[in-house]
Amino acid sequence: MITGRFFAAGADRRIAITIFILLAVAIVVPVLNLAVAPTSAFYIPSYIVALTGKYLCYALLALALDLVWGYCGILSLGHSAFFALGGYAMGMYLMRQIGSRGVYGNPILPDFMVFLNYKELPWFWTGFDHFWFAAIMVLAVPGLLAFIFGWFAFRSRVTGVYLSIITQAMTYALLLAFFRNDMGFGGNNGLTDFKDILGFNVQADATRSALFAASAVMLAFAVFVTWAIVGSKYGKLLMAVRDAESRTRFLGWRAENVKLFAFTVSAVMAGIAGALYVPQVGIINPGEFEPSNSIEVVIWAAVGGRGTIVGPIIGALLVNAGKSWFTGVLPELWLFALGGLFVAVTLLLPKGIIGMWDSWRGNAKALRAASVAEEAGTKVGVAEATSEPTRSPARNPGEWSWSATKPQAAE
Amino acid sequence: MSKSNTILYLDGVSVSFDGFRAINSLSLVLDKGEMRAIIGPNGAGKTTMMDIVTGKTRPDEGEVFFDGEIDLTRHDEAEIAMMGIGRKFQKPTVFESHTIEENLMLALKGPRSIFPALFHRRSVAEARQIDDILGIIRLGSRRYDLAANLSHGQKQWLEIGMLLAQDPKLLLVDEPVAGMTDAETEETARLLKDIARDHSVIVVEHDMHFVRELGVKVTCLHEGSVLSEGTLDFVSADERVVEVYLGR
Ligand SMILES: Nc1ncnc2c1ncn2[C@@H]1O[C@H](COP(=O)(O)OP(=O)(O)OP(=O)(O)O)[C@@H](O)[C@H]1O
Ligand SMILES: [Mg+2]
Repeated sequence: MITGRFFAAGADRRIAITIFILLAVAIVVPVLNLAVAPTSAFYIPSYIVALTGKYLCYALLALALDLVWGYCGILSLGHSAFFALGGYAMGMYLMRQIGSRGVYGNPILPDFMVFLNYKELPWFWTGFDHFWFAAIMVLAVPGLLAFIFGWFAFRSRVTGVYLSIITQAMTYALLLAFFRNDMGFGGNNGLTDFKDILGFNVQADATRSALFAASAVMLAFAVFVTWAIVGSKYGKLLMAVRDAESRTRFLGWRAENVKLFAFTVSAVMAGIAGALYVPQVGIINPGEFEPSNSIEVVIWAAVGGRGTIVGPIIGALLVNAGKSWFTGVLPELWLFALGGLFVAVTLLLPKGIIGMWDSWRGNAKALRAASVAEEAGTKVGVAEATSEPTRSPARNPGEWSWSATKPQAAE
Repeated sequence: MSKSNTILYLDGVSVSFDGFRAINSLSLVLDKGEMRAIIGPNGAGKTTMMDIVTGKTRPDEGEVFFDGEIDLTRHDEAEIAMMGIGRKFQKPTVFESHTIEENLMLALKGPRSIFPALFHRRSVAEARQIDDILGIIRLGSRRYDLAANLSHGQKQWLEIGMLLAQDPKLLLVDEPVAGMTDAETEETARLLKDIARDHSVIVVEHDMHFVRELGVKVTCLHEGSVLSEGTLDFVSADERVVEVYLGR
């Protein structure tokens, strides 16, 4: 069934193409970086590989947000917290890989711990010398946090703006906590000076290319998983909760569990994105918890088109490419440009780039995917044509007594 | 009053919103298999009564029992729905970004947890059930259309169809014919009478033609309690009823 739908036409074909492109890029870019002479016109310089690898991680983060925001209406403004936690889990592994090559040469303790007079490794650092353990933590820590947070928030039926605010509060609280030196995560400076990952030098071109390929493959996989989730009966339910939560409850569904599952899956995806991001940028610090980072993710998804799978990816890639270019030319104006972009997209492209593209093409099937992206309360264009409820004829008291005593034709 | 053989039993139920008593020691009993029409002026508390029965609103006092023995005040919306109470909202509420078929699929009786939904595959039996319901609600030709594209009256029917898919014991139907043409209204009356053959039903409606068409016992609510109860002729002849409708 699933494969049949996968190769079907329309919106599903777009998913297949996206996955194909990502997998192709995962092969072609490393080849063009490693196997082509730097003098060749086809050569891709290493810094581009690292930069685009970073963008792919952002795209994965935007896709994760879209699963909850676009498909379930949960506007999380704390997704960079899950991203950062995944990043920290990976960072801890990378720190342990440094071994005695640190400045202080301590085989067990990372430099910052020696500096802060730690006598031994804190308990929560145990196990992080193993990649498999770190990999599990990359999934488990963001997932668990989202599960606990969501369990309380959705059960108490916190929705809308209030939910957005508490997600901001969550990421802000983590920001403050990770800034503290005695938390044992490197405080202000975070974790950096990484040497190896799985025995390979993180700075080497081949390692960078491999990390790039891993990011592209992981994004392709996430596209597939999101597509499968969204297309399942559960996915229909997710959108149903977004559009008419109380209706789902009166049908017997537990809307809080529906949201909780998506929120947890989304957080795990964000954590993976963070874990792939850290070795490519070479550092993780509390700045990643910055509330404004989470808001930027929302802008990426909005620009690309929320409620579409491909949209947030395109949005993340374009906005970040724009950011790299802009901060090179007019660094002090970037935030204004970003804010202006968000306002412009909200006003002019409410369905984002993908939604715009679909309306241009007038593709009926694609239009449907875009209408999915609309706000729960706002009406779809076609819906406006349907008649508003008219008052039944006997609504007024005067008419009531009249119609009640009037002999009925049907009798 | 004995609760046995009742599908719904409300006794001395009151609820206030910020000091305003929307339901005022309301008592109402519905026998198993009965269909009842509820009328009453705007703000009489008809919808609030349904909110209480379906677990959306907790009563401040009073008893609410389902099927003679289940205390509904101890359960939430999803549990109550699973016990067999279905509800059509006053404002038709369907999943607009889904097709008619998907709307019905989400309503079909069955497991309500996440993982079965995630790995769900439509069975032949389910497809047949959906066919049947589509026939009953006359939307067979619209199966793959988005619910957003339905007319107001068709949305009302789709919502009734979702109730049928849910297969509840008791249906609470709030203003089913608002916004319908006369022909559609008659059709709806026929549909509800059909449903009432093997379900208990409460219908709230302002349209007196329609209530007459149903031909069932009528309860008139006013200011949160029962003002009059009996046949439509009896209730509409009741001076107090005439007064609340005319005297405003
Ligand atoms: N959640 C609420 N908060 C405050 N007041 C409420 C709430 N729900 C209902 N009310 C009030 O309770 C009263 C009864 O409302 P209800 O909707 O039950 O009336 P109704 O009989 O269904 O009227 P209509 O025929 O207009 O649908 C109204 O005055 C309404 O304003
Ligand atoms: Mg009402």
